[in-house]
Amino acid sequence: MKNVLRLNSIGAMAVRILFAAVAAFPIVFMLVSSLKPDQQIFGDMSSVAAFLPVGNISLDNYTAVFDRVPAARFLINSVGISAVTVVLGIFINSLCAFALSRMQVRGKRVVFTAILATLIVPFQTLALPLVWWVNQLPYFELNGFSLEISKGWLDTYQVQIIPFIANAFSIYLYHQYFESIPKELDEAARIDGAGWFKIYRQVVMPLAGPATATVAILTFLPAWNSYLWPLMVVQSEELRPVMIGIQYFFQLNVSWGEVMAYASLITVPVVVLFIAFQRSFINSIASSGVKG
Amino acid sequence: MTTTQLRSRPSTSPAPGGTTPAAARRKRPGRLREQLSGWGMIAPAAVLLLAFVFLPAILGFGLAFTNARLISPRPVEFVGMDNFARLFTDPTFWRALLNVSYFAVVVVPVQSGLALAMALLINKKFRGVNFFRTVYFLPVVTSMVVVSLLWLFMYRKDGLINELLSTFSFGLIQGADWLNDPATAMPAIIALSIWQAAGFHMIIWLAGLQSISGELYEAAQLDGASRWHQFRYVTWPGLKHTRSLVLVTITIQALGLFDQVSVMTQGGPLDSTTTIIYEAVRSGFKQQETSYASAISLVFFVLVLLISAVQRYLTREKD
Repeated sequence: MKNVLRLNSIGAMAVRILFAAVAAFPIVFMLVSSLKPDQQIFGDMSSVAAFLPVGNISLDNYTAVFDRVPAARFLINSVGISAVTVVLGIFINSLCAFALSRMQVRGKRVVFTAILATLIVPFQTLALPLVWWVNQLPYFELNGFSLEISKGWLDTYQVQIIPFIANAFSIYLYHQYFESIPKELDEAARIDGAGWFKIYRQVVMPLAGPATATVAILTFLPAWNSYLWPLMVVQSEELRPVMIGIQYFFQLNVSWGEVMAYASLITVPVVVLFIAFQRSFINSIASSGVKG
Repeated sequence: MTTTQLRSRPSTSPAPGGTTPAAARRKRPGRLREQLSGWGMIAPAAVLLLAFVFLPAILGFGLAFTNARLISPRPVEFVGMDNFARLFTDPTFWRALLNVSYFAVVVVPVQSGLALAMALLINKKFRGVNFFRTVYFLPVVTSMVVVSLLWLFMYRKDGLINELLSTFSFGLIQGADWLNDPATAMPAIIALSIWQAAGFHMIIWLAGLQSISGELYEAAQLDGASRWHQFRYVTWPGLKHTRSLVLVTITIQALGLFDQVSVMTQGGPLDSTTTIIYEAVRSGFKQQETSYASAISLVFFVLVLLISAVQRYLTREKD
């Protein structure tokens, strides 16, 4: 019996390692290839060297990337767009979930149902009417001392941020989490004379760390990875996010080393951020967040 | 007073004003302030969702029956069902529908199955569990666009996939030119899509697994249930809600196939990988036919709605 159990656990570990190898090999290949000249990438492909940083290793591909693509500009844009979306998203969605979960507001059940209903609308179906719609929106610009109103949000930063701040899934996650925080805390704070916003800021939010970590990652990923939307609404080079930079490599004489360098450049920040947050992220989803 | 009324209201009635005017008048001033600050807190998110989800959804519905173009000097006119008549006689649209169905029929069972297997492998605590959880999730944090670019390179005739196939089969398998052959292009896209997204659904399965009480397993073990029986009679029924959630999210994601096609094949070769969303974007963005693209989007939305409704019906509580 014991031997069977041990055999079972060795077998399970072997399967785990196999799955891990399959999940990791393309990413390792990408990172390793970004350090090699093209000739060596193809030369190493038939051996284990494809996954090892051996041979002629250098950062040449990365310097070449910065010559070909305004990579620094794109990175700054994406960092800015994602950061603003995440910060405003955390604030606005948690505030909404707080009122829906902990306050006596008339009609809140209808509002919550309507918010959850937006989850079944895939973004792709909204994208095209949304382009038409944001092109009709007014755009206020402070020009010297006069306020100028022009039409159309196309080709701006805000068109890449504002439509993605409010998010039904974030509200749902916060709502679920807030429900698990005892309501007696609010009442105690109210007896001490605290207003609702103060309860939100000083009582509930400090306890909602795991929910905030989850919402932060789930807002950051699509913001950083967005491709379809900026492709449709952003034309100016100086406003483009990182994913659009990939188009610069669909040209003749592509060096695959450079492509892999650019791909690594825009992936590594996300991976680092994910690893920093991963414990609270996976645990909070796995323990409380998403339940059918 | 008001509090008890609100709490005692049956959960099925979604009426916005459950309180009568008389009760409202009797309200304490503190309650009014709570209403006002409550709505003040809900408003920012509600207004944004209204402006950027509800409105475009309704707008899209309306535009589908007009001749609107993204930039056009002519006024928008109502054209009835013209866009749909054109759509349903377009062979490319039917091809796209077929491709997406093919994609979904393979991806939904395979990806949810693999994701469940991964979740079962890392459900129990053991040394290194966090390492495996992180590695399994890595493809998910990698953008689909980067993934597509990377696999575009690996799928070349002289690429990594073919080299690996030939190494592990000792030279027996000579790989295909995956993305340039109409027969293999879609399977190639299916493989990378599953590779990228399985980790996300693993997390959802994991959430379901963690919610099953450990006592049930102990009881099953006392009764001498084998591992298979434990899975069959404890785990599987315990995952009922998770199952429908996974099913619906994978299906919607599969029907919306776009990024991979846009980066890797642009719908080719010979329309063998074109999809509904790809056609919508192509006509709406490249040809600026907002109305026609809205019609495609509307058909897509109805399709998603129908399929989720059918799935909800099939996985409903049977008691």
